[in-house]
Amino acid sequence: MTDPFIRLDRVSKAFGGVTVVDDLDLTIGRGEFVSLLGPSGSGKTTILMMLAGFESPTAGTVSLDGARIDRLPPHRRNMGVVFQSYALFPHRTVAENVAFPLRMRGMARPEVAGRVARALDMVQLGAFADRKPAQLSGGQQQRVALARALVFEPAVVLMDEPLGALDKQLREQMQLDIRDIHRRLGLTIVFVTHDQGEALTMSDRVAVFNKGRIEQIATPREIYDHPRTRFVAEFLGETNLIDGVVDRAGAGTATIRVADGTAIEAATHHALASGEAVTVSLRPERLRLSPSAEAPNALPAAVADSVYHGDHIRVRIDAPTGSLIARTPRGAPEWDRGARTFATFAPGDCWVLPR
Amino acid sequence: MSGLRQRLVALALVLPLLLFLGVFFAWPLVTMSAEAIPQSVVARGLPRTAAAAAAWDRTTPPTEAMREALVADLRAAPDDQALAGVVQTLNSAKSGYRTLIARTVAALRGGEGPADLAAIDRRWADPAFWRPIAAETANTRPDANLLAALDLRRDEDGTIRSLPEGASANRRILVRTFVIAGLVTLACLLIGLPYAMLMASLEGWRRQVLLAAVLLPLWTSLLVRTAAWFILLQDNGPVNGLLRAVGIGALPLIFNRTGVVVAMTHVLLPFMVLPIYSVLLGIPRNLMQAAGSMGAHPIRAFVEVLLPLSARGIVAGALLVFMAAIGYYITPALIGGPQDQMISSIIAFYALQTANWGMASALGLVLLAITIVLYAVYHRLSVDEPGRA
Repeated sequence: MTDPFIRLDRVSKAFGGVTVVDDLDLTIGRGEFVSLLGPSGSGKTTILMMLAGFESPTAGTVSLDGARIDRLPPHRRNMGVVFQSYALFPHRTVAENVAFPLRMRGMARPEVAGRVARALDMVQLGAFADRKPAQLSGGQQQRVALARALVFEPAVVLMDEPLGALDKQLREQMQLDIRDIHRRLGLTIVFVTHDQGEALTMSDRVAVFNKGRIEQIATPREIYDHPRTRFVAEFLGETNLIDGVVDRAGAGTATIRVADGTAIEAATHHALASGEAVTVSLRPERLRLSPSAEAPNALPAAVADSVYHGDHIRVRIDAPTGSLIARTPRGAPEWDRGARTFATFAPGDCWVLPR
Repeated sequence: MSGLRQRLVALALVLPLLLFLGVFFAWPLVTMSAEAIPQSVVARGLPRTAAAAAAWDRTTPPTEAMREALVADLRAAPDDQALAGVVQTLNSAKSGYRTLIARTVAALRGGEGPADLAAIDRRWADPAFWRPIAAETANTRPDANLLAALDLRRDEDGTIRSLPEGASANRRILVRTFVIAGLVTLACLLIGLPYAMLMASLEGWRRQVLLAAVLLPLWTSLLVRTAAWFILLQDNGPVNGLLRAVGIGALPLIFNRTGVVVAMTHVLLPFMVLPIYSVLLGIPRNLMQAAGSMGAHPIRAFVEVLLPLSARGIVAGALLVFMAAIGYYITPALIGGPQDQMISSIIAFYALQTANWGMASALGLVLLAITIVLYAVYHRLSVDEPGRA
């Protein structure tokens, strides 16, 4: 990210005394696809609204390509916005909707027609040009909204949970379509979502929001495998969290002692001090259930519950450190309730978080 | 079987309403409308004779059909009282009918079948005694009042012509009614549209306050509101006091058109605001945001997006206000001058001061027809929702 294309500098936003965005810094590179991920009320949509110009920051600055835009009205920002509810003009046909931003820019009629046709072809809706939005399905309407936000070649495309109203299959198809368009056109996209799967599969980087702040911003792999905070570890995917205290800190490895006396060997990526309170995050798919205790970490456990999920089996076990969740391969034998086993994992399978 | 039963029960449930509407709405409407078609007392008392006499040339002796019709009419009369009006009218044209009718009725009483009128009284053989009957039943045409309501009349040869200038002012008053109603509609639109937009854009208690401010006048009697304006608009009233205080000076606000339009606009404003407001509520807010994000200046976005989408509410509101305004009576009567009286005042004049029910009813029918046409337009607009899901 050599080119800070969009830059939010110490931005805060309060609505009637309630701080929604709190002293936030964020830079987005040209051509980058960044997802703003977080629970509702975490400030991610407010950031998008401030980028689009529908809200103005209470404090701080927003700049685009080196120029401040935070006092610029929306119609002078040259940003395409895709709304969750599509926001198509019901009194205009599909083609008229897509032509709207071009007409606002005073483009000549023949050029408008050509661009509209190309934009509609891009979203495979060329045959629907003369329909009214109400005559289209939800997925088609969202594709029209996409074409409308892209047709004027905006500097940035902002998407506010654009796939939230679609059913699962259509949503996955649209995720691939949007990713494809992003690559082909080299667009800068800021994508707001509360769906972690969507954020992980589509983005170059994911910013995880919590209470008006960014908890972590990193690539999907980094953010999933190496969450920086407990919130990020819990919000992305499922995880087992075990609280403990650093017993012995070595180079690249540490022993964590849990309250019940169990010692966990964990790989570490930053220096830990002896006696530091930490949380060990252990993804269910990294946890193995094995009959023997021959592993660096082996917790004796009893199976509490086992649920068949088709592609995997989800086993809940009671270990001395508390209840844990394990995902075992579908080929593994079914577990009886109460069966004795060992939950084993390598030091590299767990991740140590500050507490 | 139970289907029929259910339908009967349903019918029984709405029966009181139907009866109420029939007795207090449909029947008075029909009878009052019928008044518009003029019928002389003679034609009403002697309907068969009137029909038979229409074809008579008034010089030859009365035809057989006329004589039979008169016998039938006189026998059908329930009592002498029913014929009193007929006798009075005919007597004013030619004396002698009192005894003639009384004797004939007495002679016909109890009898049946054809009777020889000339034998009862020789006068019946004389065409001179038939001529007033024919004249009294034929001199008015059914559309005379309706034409007069529009300052028209039928000549002897049946062609429709305008009344001479100055003979009647109905047409001028109708035009004035439309002008005032149009001014009120325009004023309501100019105030109501921004008001509805403000109301739709606010939330919580602010919206409730604005809504209450619109609805409150609806819950107050029209007479009270008009009386309030009567006080406010006085030459030395509060409004002029304020104008003087800010240095504009007193304006003539009462007993002229300004006062009428001001008061009527206030009274009718809710009918403009509420339809627009309800349509605006249905327009997603992010449409304007979307328009802005695509480069539309707020004014352009308003013209291209919000205005077309709220057009149905605007047209509905304008029609409602206009329809209500053309029937206004109390407000122009109290606040307007002689040159601001609307069609309803003329109807009241005919009905209450000259007892000319025919003209009152004809003017009322004209008003009703205009309102029905406007309502049909309104209905079409409120039912058809082109371009809306």
